[in-house]
Amino acid sequence: MSGAGDREAVFPTRQSLGIMKAKLKGAETGHNLLKRKSEALTKRFREITRRIDEAKRKMGRVMQIAAFSLAEVTYAVGGDIGYQVQESAKSARFRLRTKQENVSGVFLPAFESYLTEGNNDFGLTGLGKGGQQVQRCRETYARAVETLVELASLQTAFVILDEVIKVVNRRVNAIEHVIIPRTENTIKYINSELDELDREEFYRLKKVAGKKQRDVAAADAEMKAKKIAEATKPYQESVEPVIDAAPADILATGEDDDVIF
Amino acid sequence: MAASQADYKDRQFIAVIGDEDSVTGLLLAGIGHVTNPPDSQKNFLVVDGKTETSAIEAAFESFTTQRKDIGIVLINQHVADKIRYRIDTYTAAFPTILEIPSKEHPYDPEKDSVLRRVRRLFGE
Repeated sequence: MSGAGDREAVFPTRQSLGIMKAKLKGAETGHNLLKRKSEALTKRFREITRRIDEAKRKMGRVMQIAAFSLAEVTYAVGGDIGYQVQESAKSARFRLRTKQENVSGVFLPAFESYLTEGNNDFGLTGLGKGGQQVQRCRETYARAVETLVELASLQTAFVILDEVIKVVNRRVNAIEHVIIPRTENTIKYINSELDELDREEFYRLKKVAGKKQRDVAAADAEMKAKKIAEATKPYQESVEPVIDAAPADILATGEDDDVIF
Repeated sequence: MAASQADYKDRQFIAVIGDEDSVTGLLLAGIGHVTNPPDSQKNFLVVDGKTETSAIEAAFESFTTQRKDIGIVLINQHVADKIRYRIDTYTAAFPTILEIPSKEHPYDPEKDSVLRRVRRLFGE
């Protein structure tokens, strides 16, 4: 019985039974809570996944439009502006800010884009011709980058949630399949051991009681015998003179008590 | 587990690895940043037919692990294909890797490392 299944190494006492019962209760509460957390996270996760899918498709369209507007710029400026743009890039106008969102105790960071004021690295781009196209292209790309930033936050949330869900599910499974059965096994073991002790104790008490009874019976018998012996002695002494007087009387009385010396 | 506050509060730039058109367009939107001299580092890399894969890898490495001020790394999908093994094994939350389509190469959702994970998770 005690060897069956995996159990914790505890002494089978009432105290550890109490501890184990408390532990089982705690494990069950924790299991419920974690399960609910996992469900909440999974719900969120599915939503994010769906949004990622949508955002990726949107990104494809937006980038296409942006590429087209860049082609317009190339056409209008009449040459490649790539080199000029790359050389004049100095300080980012388009920056990120991160904020946190709390989903069931998990902090999901989200990016937010903002434009810093007052620095324009490309003031001279398209100065000769195509300035309007350049301006439009910048706006288009700014919108595209906003979409990209949104997608990036979704993706970050996806990666973090994925990891957290894995951890939570692992915990849920560990509690469900390892800790709870083990605690239950331990409780069963302690109970069986305690029952065994009880039976042992009962048997022992019975034995002791039996022995006591026997002792009392023996003592009683001895006492009785003593009493009888004492009772018969004076009788014999008093009888003796009578024997002389009337010897035939003994036979005449018939049944006599056995004389025990 | 969840990234700590210090992990991403300084990340305010977007880095780009891509062909000339993509980089130019994104720079026009104003994401380009060059750190102060003497070690002026650009947050963009132009990849053309002559760029070595090792150079792309080095830039990727620098944007993802060395620099702590980059929040998003944008990479053209055809460039990402060249260092696909690096991107597929990249699992950190910060910076985020985002594959973007380029002009000559239409976007293929099947190749995207994140979308593939999405598909795998939902068994599609």
